[in-house]
Amino acid sequence: MSNSLIFDIKRYAINDGPGIRLTIFFKGCPLNCKWCHNPESISPQTQKMYAKQKCIGAQACIDVCPENALSLTPDSIITDWNLCTVCGKCAEACPTKAIEMSGQQMDIDQLIKTIESESLFFDQSGGGVTFSGGEPLMHYKTLLQLLDECGKRHIHRVVDTSLFSRSEIVKQVAEKTELFLVDLKHMNDEKHKKYTGVSNQLILENIRLLSDINSDFWIRIPLIDGVNADEENIKKSAEFLSKLNWQSKLVNLLPYHDIGRNKHLKLGSSYNGDGMKEPAQQIIERSIRIFSDFGIQAIVGG
Amino acid sequence: MNTKQSIVAPQRAANTEGNYYNVKSERSNPGMNDRIQRLRQLSVETEPSLSIERALIETEFYKENYGKYSIPVLRALNYLEICKKKTIYLGEGELIVGERGPKPKAVPTFPELTCHSVEDLHVLNTRELQRYTISQEDIDTYEREVIPYWEGRTQRERIFNHVPEEWKAAYEAGLFTEFMEQRAPGHTTLDGKIYKMGLNDFKARIAEEIDRLDFMNDVEATDKLEQLKAMDISCDATILFAQRYAEMAEKLAQKESNEKRKAELLKIAEVCRWVPANAPRTFWEAIQMYWFVHLGTVTELNGWDAMNPGHFDQHLAPFYEKELADETLSREEAKELLSCFWIKVNNHPAPPKVGITARESGTYNDFTNINIGGVRANGLDGVNEVSYIMLEIIEDLHILQPGSSIHISSKTPDRFLKEGCKVIRQGHGYPSVFNPDIYIQELLRQGKSLKDAREGGCSGCIEVGAFGKEAYLLTGYLNVPKILEVTLNNGIDPVTGKKAGIASGDPRDFKSYEELYEAFVRQLNFVVDQKVRVSNYIDQMFAKYAPAPFLSVVIDDCISKGKDYYNGGPRYNTNYIQCTGLGTVTDSLSVLKHHVFEKKTFSMEKILDAVSKDFNGEEILRQTIINNTPFFGNDDPYADNIALGVYADLLKAIDGKPNTKGEQFYLNMLSTTCHVYFGKVMGATPNGRLAGKSISDGTSPSHGADTHGPSAVVKSLTKLDHTMSGGTLLNLRFLPSLLKRDQDIAKLSQLIRSYFALGGHHVQFNIVDTATLYAAQQNPEDYKDLLVRMAGYSDYFNDMNADLQQEVIDRTENESF
Repeated sequence: MSNSLIFDIKRYAINDGPGIRLTIFFKGCPLNCKWCHNPESISPQTQKMYAKQKCIGAQACIDVCPENALSLTPDSIITDWNLCTVCGKCAEACPTKAIEMSGQQMDIDQLIKTIESESLFFDQSGGGVTFSGGEPLMHYKTLLQLLDECGKRHIHRVVDTSLFSRSEIVKQVAEKTELFLVDLKHMNDEKHKKYTGVSNQLILENIRLLSDINSDFWIRIPLIDGVNADEENIKKSAEFLSKLNWQSKLVNLLPYHDIGRNKHLKLGSSYNGDGMKEPAQQIIERSIRIFSDFGIQAIVGG
Repeated sequence: MNTKQSIVAPQRAANTEGNYYNVKSERSNPGMNDRIQRLRQLSVETEPSLSIERALIETEFYKENYGKYSIPVLRALNYLEICKKKTIYLGEGELIVGERGPKPKAVPTFPELTCHSVEDLHVLNTRELQRYTISQEDIDTYEREVIPYWEGRTQRERIFNHVPEEWKAAYEAGLFTEFMEQRAPGHTTLDGKIYKMGLNDFKARIAEEIDRLDFMNDVEATDKLEQLKAMDISCDATILFAQRYAEMAEKLAQKESNEKRKAELLKIAEVCRWVPANAPRTFWEAIQMYWFVHLGTVTELNGWDAMNPGHFDQHLAPFYEKELADETLSREEAKELLSCFWIKVNNHPAPPKVGITARESGTYNDFTNINIGGVRANGLDGVNEVSYIMLEIIEDLHILQPGSSIHISSKTPDRFLKEGCKVIRQGHGYPSVFNPDIYIQELLRQGKSLKDAREGGCSGCIEVGAFGKEAYLLTGYLNVPKILEVTLNNGIDPVTGKKAGIASGDPRDFKSYEELYEAFVRQLNFVVDQKVRVSNYIDQMFAKYAPAPFLSVVIDDCISKGKDYYNGGPRYNTNYIQCTGLGTVTDSLSVLKHHVFEKKTFSMEKILDAVSKDFNGEEILRQTIINNTPFFGNDDPYADNIALGVYADLLKAIDGKPNTKGEQFYLNMLSTTCHVYFGKVMGATPNGRLAGKSISDGTSPSHGADTHGPSAVVKSLTKLDHTMSGGTLLNLRFLPSLLKRDQDIAKLSQLIRSYFALGGHHVQFNIVDTATLYAAQQNPEDYKDLLVRMAGYSDYFNDMNADLQQEVIDRTENESF
């Protein structure tokens, strides 16, 4: 039975597909989007997160650290990353959960049990389970088993993915998935590389693949003024999507905001939101109109 | 975020009561015509006042007549005297008429039950919140005419003269409250009979029963005769009251120059000549019929929960449908008449308490709760067009009273649920949502017939009853966490240092969790026994000294039994004890079990010491507890099983205890605002709650303890078998920004359906955001329309005291929404 690194499980998820859902977040992502709201999802390793405002200076973490990697300053607890082995003892000792480990190894049994505990909500709402991340396709071996187990239980399956993955994997997953939520970040390859660290060619190819094999999907676009919300990019996106054989013809526009900032602080990483702005209402409305002109329904939110 | 609040500037209550005309005009009410706008404005802007008229008439009457009649007849004649002499009010533009006091929002006193002192009256006139104005002249008159006569004669004094020391100790420690020391037992709701029978028909039935009395073989025959005579007199009194309105309307019509109004006044006169003497023929008469009956019952006595029309939409539907088909009534006219009724209820604030500390419960709400939707007696869906009109009125009027609830069975159409959710989204705090599929089972378990159970529903906050056929008396709240506190102090109340329970052992000597829990259960049984003993005594006091003959007329089977509502006359007679603080007690027990006995994180000595110091200097320990203990409301079997155990032992202690009517006590899980008072009489608790802070409400998780979202809360709660209770209560708060779209409404309705499919009894929603609440504390005058729902009732945020405001803010935010 294989294990996977999970960084969060969200119950009563209402923005990750139809109905009331349970969303499982896998840790690890091949992309590194500048605006990422869940920066702890990127690394495929367990990470330590520290929330300064929760810290009461109890120093239990310092006492238990086997590497003496922690020290107290008047302002906060500081980690010497050269010494820290991310063993997690400090998080266990912390009385306020100011230190928490992001990423927990979970096996399929545990995950299925958690999913099943919400089945009544799925039944009542036409919901189900959503596998998200990070990038769930990075964990495709576990993912395929989970999809099988959910299929046996008649649980509706959604995979929320960047589709930055080998096409054979996408095909295998598609056989066991009712609906994909696919991120479309930029049509321009150079910009895609600049903002996410990877090319969009594989992604676009895989979207066409889903279309070819009649696998349904919703497109999600993080709408960021200064990055991808310009008329040209939205038009290109709509044009591309309009040519596909696509059942839902639905786009979720996710207007950018910078709540990710706080999580970057907790990880001790830097966040550069320069040039990224919340889209104004008229930009959102324009985008909706453009999609509509191409016969695609765009709505705000997932 | 800084949670410190500024002192809220003194507010004149009426100014804070929902006058939102200028504040949020964009939200104003397309459905309200000019008449309704004016009546509503008058209702919300009139300051509640005390009227001494009833007390004066009654005192005069008692001086003259006490001892001349049997008690029931005396009570009926007293009611008749009030109906004869009281000032009546018919306001400009009114269509539905009748006030309990001499004018809107004038509240009478009931000195026969409990007599306000001069000091009480001064406090009521001057306190910041829930103020009732009274003139110095009236206070002087009260001091001279009313107070001297009632001294030593009130029901409250009778009760307190006879209670045992153990009860007093537990009561004063705040282990429980006693409902019936301030007001008459109530929680009464009507069924459909008054729409088919007029009071003359009831009088005929009373006469038949009198003819049937068997004085040779029935030792109670004379008592029954007196009771039936009293019922007959009370019917005459109510008819007389209506006739006075008819006359007044006719007189006003003569003077009226506006032809349209003149016609309305003549119509009012016609309606008041016909009902309540006769069964209503029209939609208008049906509403007026109910309103006269309502006024009669709240004038005769001041039962808790005022009075409720029950399934009002179902009762009105036949009239509405017929007249709509005949084209004698339009939808707009029906809505206008119903709106007039809604405003009438709002004109009737709750009678204020005596010995006022304003701590125990402070609200103008008198808890009339309109049940909308649900099922019919034949089991079919009860939703009809009147149900939808009522939802529109709730959204348009946006007033404190009456409360409203939607009843969602598996047969209820989604359209109705979604329309209800859209009103919930407005953030008025209502309607609350009930599950008939479960409460019908609750009523069946209590022995009601299937038909009576289906005609039942919820009144007041969340308590169930068989409408029109049951006296279901709430006797008082039980402070379950306080019972644990007393257990942890071997029978002593640590707040006062006085003995409040039994010596159940020094917890430091307990070797196991089971030993501790067993001590808690012994303490629980002791406290419940005290409570039951005195409640039964008080019941008898009401049966003897304060019967309610008019109420008895409209509740089956008082007439056929010849017995009073308070004396076993109703078909069903239930006593409830309302248990509060399940979350707090569960989490506290979980801390002791998990950390002291299992993980040995710290010793009993250590936690008891920390609790006694209110966790001063023990913040690390407190944080360890808060962040590292399984708490109720997270679908965690460890904590949920403790809650199940406590629930089972509450049932064992309460369920089946005999009452004075040959029936029994049941429990329900209700707190209203009492969890705030209960928190104030408690020190810190082992779950990390600090001294004085409110305990958890109803069956909701402790504030902030539920960290896994609403579906986990729902899973935890539905592990309890709600059908064993007479009602449970769940508060969930949602941010308004997350209920914007139709699909959000759909998901809210699916959450409700899920909770109900799992067996939940009730859920209510606060749709507000924290920032708004903080802003409202800083600038109360800008947020006058902010109505929040708390623990079974709605109130204006600005009308709440600082503790209640903080409580609203502290509730867990469901961030995923």
